[in-house]
Amino acid sequence: MAGLVYFSSGSGNTARFVAALGLPAARIPIRPADPMPQPCQPFVLICPTYADGTGKGAVPKQVIAFLNDPARRALIRGVIAAGNRNFGETFALAGRVIAAKCNVPVLYSFELAGTETDIFRVRAGLDRFWGTECLTP
Amino acid sequence: MKDMITPVAVPRAINWNRLQDDKDLEVWNRLTVNFWLPEKVPLSNDVQSWAMLRPQERELTIRVFTGLTLLDTIQNTVGAPALMPDAQTPHEEAVLTNIAFMEAVHARSYSSIFSTLCSTKEVDEAFRWSEDNPHLQAKARAILNDYAVGADPLKRKIASVFLESFLFYSGFYLPMYWSSRGRLTNTADLIRLIIRDEAVHGYYVGYKFQRALERETEARRAELKDYAFSLMFELYDIEAKYSAELYDGLGLTEDVKAFLHYNANKALQNLGYEALFPPAACDVNPAILAALSPDSENHDFFSGSGSSYVIGKAVATEDEDWDF
Repeated sequence: MAGLVYFSSGSGNTARFVAALGLPAARIPIRPADPMPQPCQPFVLICPTYADGTGKGAVPKQVIAFLNDPARRALIRGVIAAGNRNFGETFALAGRVIAAKCNVPVLYSFELAGTETDIFRVRAGLDRFWGTECLTP
Repeated sequence: MKDMITPVAVPRAINWNRLQDDKDLEVWNRLTVNFWLPEKVPLSNDVQSWAMLRPQERELTIRVFTGLTLLDTIQNTVGAPALMPDAQTPHEEAVLTNIAFMEAVHARSYSSIFSTLCSTKEVDEAFRWSEDNPHLQAKARAILNDYAVGADPLKRKIASVFLESFLFYSGFYLPMYWSSRGRLTNTADLIRLIIRDEAVHGYYVGYKFQRALERETEARRAELKDYAFSLMFELYDIEAKYSAELYDGLGLTEDVKAFLHYNANKALQNLGYEALFPPAACDVNPAILAALSPDSENHDFFSGSGSSYVIGKAVATEDEDWDF
């Protein structure tokens, strides 16, 4: 079995999504001075999107800092991205950027704090995803 | 008597290098990078498309845009300025001036659409209609009540978020609908720029509401939550009637209502609250969702129903300021 790592800014949308999932999850701190989680098993990253109209700055700086560590990055298996469709083509862009950088799939994307349907799908999806992961040597 | 004079606060210059709340700079940067003017959108490319709409469809479109103009006018002249005295940081005040100005740009944009596509007579008629339409007037008045001098600062923020993240959407539906059918696609591009701005506005004011709520008592938090949900019910009731009056003729009212439910839930989430409408009521027409965020793929690797999942080439990421 493996875990979740997530980032949520002061608006708290991603934190509420993770709380509703009800699965153990480590939070990447908002302030750079606070200690980073140090996962010791494979994890899925849940990350909100902060892109401007041109797509720049999609991934929060603290998430970049977290992934810059090769030991932490080696354990990422997939990314779930949050965003808002109102941002058009940059909706949930952070997921696509992280997927490209870390060579992992975008597993899912949702808006703001997610809906009941999102919670249900992600819970079931993660269950199956880790199930298949365990069969891989 | 001289002793009775209360000391006046020292006028202070704003220092952007001393932030009390990082979100202020983050949102300021987002808004300034996203700045735009209607002149950058080639609206005249929609002239032919406009001519192909039936008279009833043209009248509906002008009315919808006039209704949106009214909401933007309120945000520009009353809504955003009304939030300024409640600002907790000087940077928040500066962000609100940007929001106020962009609302003026939005209101001005609809007039650009009108002058490009419509006759003066048609437009004058629609402006008269907007002053006489009971539902449009009712929603404007409900919001203005909350903005009034002496109103509760947090209820003001609730009203602002509901206007930005909910009340616009009965109107935004139509250009997204036309765009999904290949009509008025340049106008839709302009509307998408407005939608993007309103999303930042609703997010930011909702964030400030949540920060302010942390300093309130349990009883007061409960009162504000009750207020938010009852205002949402009141506004939804008006929006349902407004939508029926506008869209019944095209048989689109039920489709519009699903979009309203979906956006009402998002507005509540901006305030940190849970959804009001159940998922079954929020089944938005996929063509409308696709018109909102064209080119952004919907990833659902879990169910296998999404388009092919994205997996990229690994990139070395050793440096501290890894530029994504």
